[in-house]
Parts: sequence; structure tokens; C-alpha cells
Amino acid sequence: MIEVWTRNRERVNEAIDGFFIRIGQNIYELFCDAGRGCIFFAESVRLAFKPPYRFEEIVRHMEFIGNKSVLIIAMTSVFTGLALSFQIYLGFNLVNATNLVGPTVGMGITRELGPVLTGLLVAARAGGAMAARLGTMRVSEQIDALEVMGVDPKQYLVAPRIIAAVVVVPLLCAIFDFIAMMGSHFLCINVLKLDQAVFWDKISLWLNPGDIYQGLIKAAVFGVTFAAVCTNRGFMASGGAKGVGEATNQGVVNSMVLIIILNFFMTNFIRFYYVAMGWK
Amino acid sequence: MITHNAAVHIRDLRKTFDGKEYILNGLNLDIPKGKITCIIGFSGTGKSVLLKHILGLIRPTSGRLEVLGHDLWKMSLDELIKMRTRLGVLFQNAALFDDMTVMENVEFPLREHRKDMRPSQWAEIAARKLESVGLESKHFNKLPAELSGGMRKRVGLARALALDPEILLYDEPTTGLDPILTEVVDDLIASTHKNHAGSTSIVVSHDLFAAFRISDYIVMLNKGSVLLAGTPDVFHTSDNELIQKFLSKGLKQG
Repeated sequence: MIEVWTRNRERVNEAIDGFFIRIGQNIYELFCDAGRGCIFFAESVRLAFKPPYRFEEIVRHMEFIGNKSVLIIAMTSVFTGLALSFQIYLGFNLVNATNLVGPTVGMGITRELGPVLTGLLVAARAGGAMAARLGTMRVSEQIDALEVMGVDPKQYLVAPRIIAAVVVVPLLCAIFDFIAMMGSHFLCINVLKLDQAVFWDKISLWLNPGDIYQGLIKAAVFGVTFAAVCTNRGFMASGGAKGVGEATNQGVVNSMVLIIILNFFMTNFIRFYYVAMGWK
Repeated sequence: MITHNAAVHIRDLRKTFDGKEYILNGLNLDIPKGKITCIIGFSGTGKSVLLKHILGLIRPTSGRLEVLGHDLWKMSLDELIKMRTRLGVLFQNAALFDDMTVMENVEFPLREHRKDMRPSQWAEIAARKLESVGLESKHFNKLPAELSGGMRKRVGLARALALDPEILLYDEPTTGLDPILTEVVDDLIASTHKNHAGSTSIVVSHDLFAAFRISDYIVMLNKGSVLLAGTPDVFHTSDNELIQKFLSKGLKQG
């Protein structure tokens, strides 16, 4: 064994070096990528506040992100409300606390599930479409064409999408919250035969406007996140149809992972802020 | 020092993407104003990279490049945007915006830069430009996906002409077209140049036959620098072995 080790020492050392070099390179590329993404985002936001203002484009993207996502948000939220209510009912029934099903579902939906599921769904639908659209424009030289026509492509293509996402995702989150609570109401009152007055009384007692605001703020941040990540991926796409596919895939996957990670940190940050302000 | 009548003035231009291999390697060139200049050369000699430098899409590693007397990389973003309205480009695949109709594509530069005009004036100019490149009005409301390759080139050219640019650049305008359509596009370049008095046309092409047919001035690139620049006659009389090899093969294919 020692002989083999001595004989192949150089090769083993090279392999070990290579392994650590590859890890180092990947970490370095990850940071470079994140840095480029941040510069891209900052530049796009700066351009959003510089004339010419592209209200028409913003409205067009709001319609695409918002209006066309309402149906999937409605479908998902109603079943989320039903399933969550049923699980919480089963748990609380064990300790005879079914009158707390309503506020628990309400808090879970407004604080966490509403913004997170809205963010994930819209990232998958609209974010994927954004990355694919911009990627196609990049590989077919449409972005170059914009640039040589004296139009800043970030201002024309990216900034309106980010603004539209910031405005629309909280609205979709509000729709999600409302429909999920209606689903919960339907299950608890019509199927599980809980008392309707107690259900809503406990919700109004335990659920604060701060819980709803928390969800809406998160939704706005998730909107920025997926719009910035997906437009960045599409904008930087290269290598024809394969490159567009990869950009779309990376855009959606990165947005989703970021939304989940950000949610944890935002939950803690907002909680800390509320406590510091003495609101709860 | 800018050569008199140079639309594009390039001195010792170098470009590397990886820090090792130079795509453009000390390129010196003056592209004359008011003429059709064709940039030719083997694949990978830096023709498209040079075109992107002229358009200000790529920053040179070193050297000086002036377009219409201005160094693009010393300009502010607003100045660069203004400068770009003086340039028009026909991309290889026309690069039309696929969610806009033919009319909207041609109106687009006007909508962006001629806000002093009324929408009806934009439409009027766009229609005029489309007619000038020979596109029939029945195609005006079609999407790019509904057009043939030749029609798309015409729309791309009309869009490039929308702001009456001083320099028109063509990136491989005949690549992928059949011989008849190639001739039509070449004639279109020549007639467009003739109809826009004083404008400068720069054509990056593989098509030697077309280069000799329509160009006033030809530039041959090799390994990132200029091998020979001059009128078509200068090329015919050159005794450079590489040029003669390129010409004999290219013209035979043409």
C-alpha cells in the first residue's frame, strides 16, 4: 500500500489539488455570479427611475404577471386552505382546541404560505417566461438591435418587468390569502361543522393586520427576486436554443431556492422588527 | 489624427476575450465616407468583432476607434445613445422584434427617438421606408414569423433606415439566402446606398462576388489585422499569395 502510495504520490497530490482548486473555482464563480447579478439588478432599478418612463411596458407586464396568474393562484390557494385546515383540525382535535383552527390557518396562510406559494407559482410561470423571452431575444440579436438603436435594453426590457413584479405579486398574494381563507371557512363550517361565529371571532382576535402586511412585504421582495434573477439569466443567455433552455431552467430554479431561503431570513427579520417596535 | 473623409478611423485596435488570444491584433483602418466598403476575410479573422466595435457593442482592449469623429468609449451613455441614432444596422437574421408587426418594427426607432412627431407621422415614414426597400403594403401588418427570409431582410433594412443614419452596417446580409435572393439583397444594398446620398455603407460579408460587384472599397482582414485595403482593382492586381488564393476560391464559388 505504501509502495503504491509512493509510486503514485504525485498523481494523488495532483488529484487532491485539483479537487480543492475546482471547489475554489466554483465558489469564486458563485460569488462573481452573485456580484454580477447584484450590479445588473442595481443598474436596472436605477434605470427604472430615469426617463423615458415606460408606463405602457409596465402595465403590459403587470397584465402578464398578474392577470394571467390569477387562475392558478386561485386554484392553488383554495386547495391549500382546504388541506391546511383539515390537517390543523386533526391535530387540534386531539387536544380539544378546534376553535383555534381558524386563526392558526390564518396566520400560516398570511405570514408564510401565501407569500411563499405565490412567489413560487409566479416565479415558475412568469419568471420562466421572462427568462425564455429575454434569452430568445439575446440569441436572436434582438437585444443587440435594441442597443444599436440607442435604446437601453435594461431600461426597456428589465426595469418594467421588475417594477411590474413588485406591484403585482403582493396583489396576487392578497388574492391567495383571501381565497385560501374562504377554502378554510368552507371546510371548517360546512364539512367539519365548526361554529362559524367562533371561527371568525377567533380569527379577528388572533390575526393582526401586521400578519397580513408581513406576507405582502415578503411577496413584494419575492417579486423583485424572481424578476431580477430570471431577467438576468435570460439577458446573459448564450449558445442558441440550448442556452435559452439552460437560462430558463437556472432562472426558475435559482428564484425558487432564493425565495425559500429569503423567506426564513425575512420571517426572523420582520419578527425582530415587530418586537423592537413593540407591536406584538 | 483623423484621415480626411473617414467615417470610421481605427488605430492599433486590439481585442482579446481571454487575455491570451487576440481576435483583433493591432488593426489600422480608415473607412471612407460616402462609399460602400466591404470587409472580407476567412472565418475567424475578426470581421464580426470589428463590426461590434464600430457599433460600440464591444469595448476594445486597447487602441483607438472613432466613428464619425467620436470615440464611442469616451462618451457618456446619453451621448452614446444619441450617436447610435446616426448608425443603422441590418443584422444577419434581421433581428426583428418578433412580438411586433412589420410596421411596429420599423416605427420603433422613430417612437423612441422622434417624440416630436405624431404617431401618424411615424406610420407615414415607416410605410415610406418599407416601400423604398420593395415590401408590398399587404405585408405591413404581418408578424416577422409570417415573412420569408428575404422579406425579413427588407424589413430589417427599412428599420435600419428609419432614422436616416449616416452609416449603414450590414452583418453578413446574404448568409443563408439562395443565389437569386442574394443578388436581390446585393442590389438592394447598392440601390439603398444610391438613394441615401452621402451615407456610408459597411458590409461584412463572405460573398466575394457581391463584394466586387457592389463595393467601392474593400478591406481584407487576416489574423486580426488588415491584410489589404483598397479599390477592387487593387485586389485584382495584388500579388499577395493569400489574397489571390482567397479570390480564386471565393470568386469560383460565387
